[in-house]
Amino acid sequence: MVLIYSNEKNLTLEMLAKGRELADEQGKEVTVVLIGEDEADEYIQHGADKVFVAETDLKNFKVEEYTQMIANIAEKLGSETIMIGSNKDGNELAPRLAAMLNTGCVTGCTDIYFKDGELTTERVVYSGNAIAVEQFTGKPHIMTIPSKLYDPLPADSSRTGEVTKESVDYKTFPSEITNIQVMESEGVNVEAATSIVSCGRGFKNKEDTKMAEELARLLPGETLGCSRPLSADMKWFTEDHWIGLSGHKVKPKVYIAIGISGQIQHIAGMRDSDIIVAINKDPEALIFKSADYGLVGDLYEVLPKLTAAIKEKMA
Amino acid sequence: MNIVVCAKEVLDVSQIKVDPKTNKPILQGIDKKISDIDKNAVEEAVKIKEKLGGKVTVVSVGPSEAREYIKELLAMGADEAKIIPLDDTRDYNVVSNLLAAVINGMEYDMVLCGEASIDLFSGQMGPRVAQKLDIPQITYAKNVDAEADKLTADRDLSGKKVTVESPYPVLLTVTKEINEPRLPSLMEILGAANKPIETIDPSSLEAEVEAGTKISDIKGVAMERKNVIYKDDIDEGIKELVDNLAKSGALG
Ligand SMILES: Cc1cc2nc3c(=O)[nH]c(=O)nc-3n(C[C@H](O)[C@H](O)[C@H](O)COP(=O)(O)OP(=O)(O)OC[C@H]3O[C@@H](n4cnc5c(N)ncnc54)[C@H](O)[C@@H]3O)c2cc1C
Ligand SMILES: Nc1ncnc2c1ncn2[C@@H]1O[C@H](COP(=O)(O)O)[C@@H](O)[C@H]1O
Repeated sequence: MVLIYSNEKNLTLEMLAKGRELADEQGKEVTVVLIGEDEADEYIQHGADKVFVAETDLKNFKVEEYTQMIANIAEKLGSETIMIGSNKDGNELAPRLAAMLNTGCVTGCTDIYFKDGELTTERVVYSGNAIAVEQFTGKPHIMTIPSKLYDPLPADSSRTGEVTKESVDYKTFPSEITNIQVMESEGVNVEAATSIVSCGRGFKNKEDTKMAEELARLLPGETLGCSRPLSADMKWFTEDHWIGLSGHKVKPKVYIAIGISGQIQHIAGMRDSDIIVAINKDPEALIFKSADYGLVGDLYEVLPKLTAAIKEKMA
Repeated sequence: MNIVVCAKEVLDVSQIKVDPKTNKPILQGIDKKISDIDKNAVEEAVKIKEKLGGKVTVVSVGPSEAREYIKELLAMGADEAKIIPLDDTRDYNVVSNLLAAVINGMEYDMVLCGEASIDLFSGQMGPRVAQKLDIPQITYAKNVDAEADKLTADRDLSGKKVTVESPYPVLLTVTKEINEPRLPSLMEILGAANKPIETIDPSSLEAEVEAGTKISDIKGVAMERKNVIYKDDIDEGIKELVDNLAKSGALG
């Protein structure tokens, strides 16, 4: 039995497509677990055999309690494969669940398939330098799956399935969520962008990144990206601009890295770009090793000139 | 306040190259170091000790040479270390059970881990250890305010800031942004030589050591780039670059 859980609906639907395929290969069923929500039918239309709705008074995702609920459901249903959505909540839930069930877990799978009859996963290791091919030595198998790896199955309103609603036991932990502050997202989708102008710590202040914006405006998609410090530390950009190992993975036609040093963790997010251009004042900067074209110079001089030249070319 | 920090020796991933013939990463001859964010964890622990008093213990499962790197953490202000020697530290079941067994045998109020290691980057260890210890976990902590009887932390989640309050004991994983790890002075480095590092035989621990997964292959990810660098005549460089971009259709 394949069990699927995420607190993000789109992730659940995407995993359902893959879960369906894995289950069909083994002649097994797929159950979607919902915690505290109950729009079950949609999941059945998108491929689930069963939906298990756990009723609870908990208002927010709280990992200690959610882990116990999912462990109880998995044990009750005899789940052999557990797929969890790879967002920050899922990535702290899955290993805790694995420890509770005393089993193996692979986070952030980039590929899942059967090889010699064994469920096999692939994931990025060594900060982007390599891919580890990994199998499980026991059951259940626990995996976390990033968004946009699979396309949801088309809805089929003729599909039927079983919906169970039950409350599940758990003990309460003494930690408490006291505040949740949602930060405004700009709704940028760097993963789908055809061109990205990306800013790094070479910019002296937020105001100056307007220069990058101006260049981006000339290119298809007008998308701005950034390195981790500009989002996580300085908060100049919302998280949806953040590119790299711990941010978004992108594959535009052209990626222009400005004032970015090119540490491996940044490269991990943009190495699949068709053309990589770098502007950096340090001729020894690592970024030039990962670039097709490099301009060595002060961005405050080079960037306006590049923008003007592109404008002229397109005129 | 008794604070435990889990820290790990890793390969300096920035040095890894891929062998073009075998398509495998070349792992021999690569320098080792303490995983980056584990230093943020030690820094935070030392700061809390400075505020509330107490002791900071570093616990590490790794090869015996890890001693060399653990000393750096003692120089930063940790008081002692425990090393559980194990050559292959890739299995999360095995390593988390060993860590939890050692921590269980200690007096502790707080356990700190990095949000993720730079070699495996999975963020599994913290949550696994917290579960084994049966205590709350606060992951991705970016701000920690520790008081005598409770702790408040801001968690930096994608697009969300969640504040959590917990009594002790509690496990935290910290982000890279939580602080700037200090660089120990020469005096501190010399002083660290006298701090105790205990080696604990894994077979003396009551911990299950059955692997949960096995890695059957590691494939290298190579990247070929043109590396055309313009540095002398920038105006000419920009002109050529723009021509090339236009030719490739990148300008739309
Ligand atoms: C576990 C882990 C995960 C991480 N995940 C990510 C991630 O997802 N994404 C990410 O980006 N990073 C990530 N990092 C951080 C990464 O290692 C680097 O620290 C980060 O990418 C550096 O950002 P930067 O290049 O903007 O800044 P810096 O490294 O400070 O580089 C600034 C660059 O700007 C250049 N510069 C300065 N002034 C000028 C000027 N006037 N004109 C031109 N150039 C100038 C400098 O020469 C320098 O090369 C991660 C780190 C760890 C440990
Ligand atoms: N072998 C180990 N020994 C001690 N701590 C570890 C070990 N492996 C991982 N950790 C801790 O767990 C964190 C996350 O690592 P990971 O789960 O590999 O991403 C690290 O930053 C360390 O704090």
